[in-house]
Amino acid sequence: MNPALPVTAARAALARCHACHLLSRMKPLAPGSHAHCPRCGAALHLRKPDSLARAWALTLAAYILYIPANTLPIMTVVSMGHGEPDTILSGVRVLIAGGLWPLALLVFFASVVVPVLKLLALTCLLISVQRKSRWRPRDRTVLYRITEVVGRWSMIDVFMISILVALVKLGAIATIEPGAGALAFAAVVVVTMFAAMSFDPRLIWDALENPDER
Amino acid sequence: MMSDPHSPTFPPPVTDALVACHDCDLLYRKRPLREGEKARCVRCGALLYTRKPNSIERSLTLALAALILFVLANVYPLLDFQFQGRAQQSSVLSGVRELYAQGMWALAVVVFVASILAPLLKILALLYVLLPLHFGRRPWWMAQVFRWIETLHPWAMTEVYLLGVLVAFVKLSDIATIVPGVALYSFAALIVAMAATDAALEPEAIWERLETRR
Repeated sequence: MNPALPVTAARAALARCHACHLLSRMKPLAPGSHAHCPRCGAALHLRKPDSLARAWALTLAAYILYIPANTLPIMTVVSMGHGEPDTILSGVRVLIAGGLWPLALLVFFASVVVPVLKLLALTCLLISVQRKSRWRPRDRTVLYRITEVVGRWSMIDVFMISILVALVKLGAIATIEPGAGALAFAAVVVVTMFAAMSFDPRLIWDALENPDER
Repeated sequence: MMSDPHSPTFPPPVTDALVACHDCDLLYRKRPLREGEKARCVRCGALLYTRKPNSIERSLTLALAALILFVLANVYPLLDFQFQGRAQQSSVLSGVRELYAQGMWALAVVVFVASILAPLLKILALLYVLLPLHFGRRPWWMAQVFRWIETLHPWAMTEVYLLGVLVAFVKLSDIATIVPGVALYSFAALIVAMAATDAALEPEAIWERLETRR
């Protein structure tokens, strides 16, 4: 194992480049000017800028988008002249009724469980960092890593719709029309991905740095 | 546009002897690793850096394979849909086109970026950096291009897309005859090739090649 120095990079006034991970010494800058990584040119910050404000805004936006994503139809199957709109949940119900248990479970997990858990996890992380909590920082870091990786899997339904729409174009017999719910759903996934990216996990550990501050 | 490396906004680089954990910011003195070894953060468990054998050659070969598979996956049809004497083929691009034709252009953009644009740009950017490096040359704008790869990474959802196609496949197989196309197999192989490329890649080794100029 590596010998850890008992300090964080930020304490030593070293900024880690987001892109190439090189450490650079941060010097006081004129207001409005940015420091850049000498190796790759990326902007340098000790912490992601406005991390909490950005992550909060995006998480709240995702909560709001989550409502139309689940109530509006994601697609409408029109066969023989009449159509039935499908929401995310009714799509899962159709799969269960058809006896496709493993598939129903997969879609339910990816489209319902993952986005809800991701939103709750982000909210927990944001509240705990906001309150400068010192509670189980390592577990919270792991929670952050999971939310970062898992969110993209919720796109399954959106991709499924794009394939169905292209395949089922049989004129009078059957067509599939994408619904506004699919757009809201894709937006939830994209917005939560941005929210996770703007959150800085180092803030979890910063609370441990200044024990007397709270 | 990169600014002048000698301008005052570029802080003096610190030696590569130090490395900071990207999840908790703890500072470490870097130690040489043997091939295949990994250095992890003792405090939060994050991966600090690794040493991989023949990283550039192996990731280059795998990225070339990924490019070929990407072309196959996008040229051939994914699924053949046969129903009452009518047939319809779908490819990745026809799904995007159909969404656009039905007025869901925002959804079309999301599917296009996640299934075609981001994976393609990622493969091309990797080849742009790795191919010249293999021949001992340094490509122009290498740092910028290599930096984009990390940004593109979460948006390339190839594996999620394949799962969406499989859900569509099973959903329709009850009512019609669905024949998997060449592209479906190419797509599956593409996912393996892209994952193997990522596994073989050692970003530190590539950034260190940039150091030589400093």
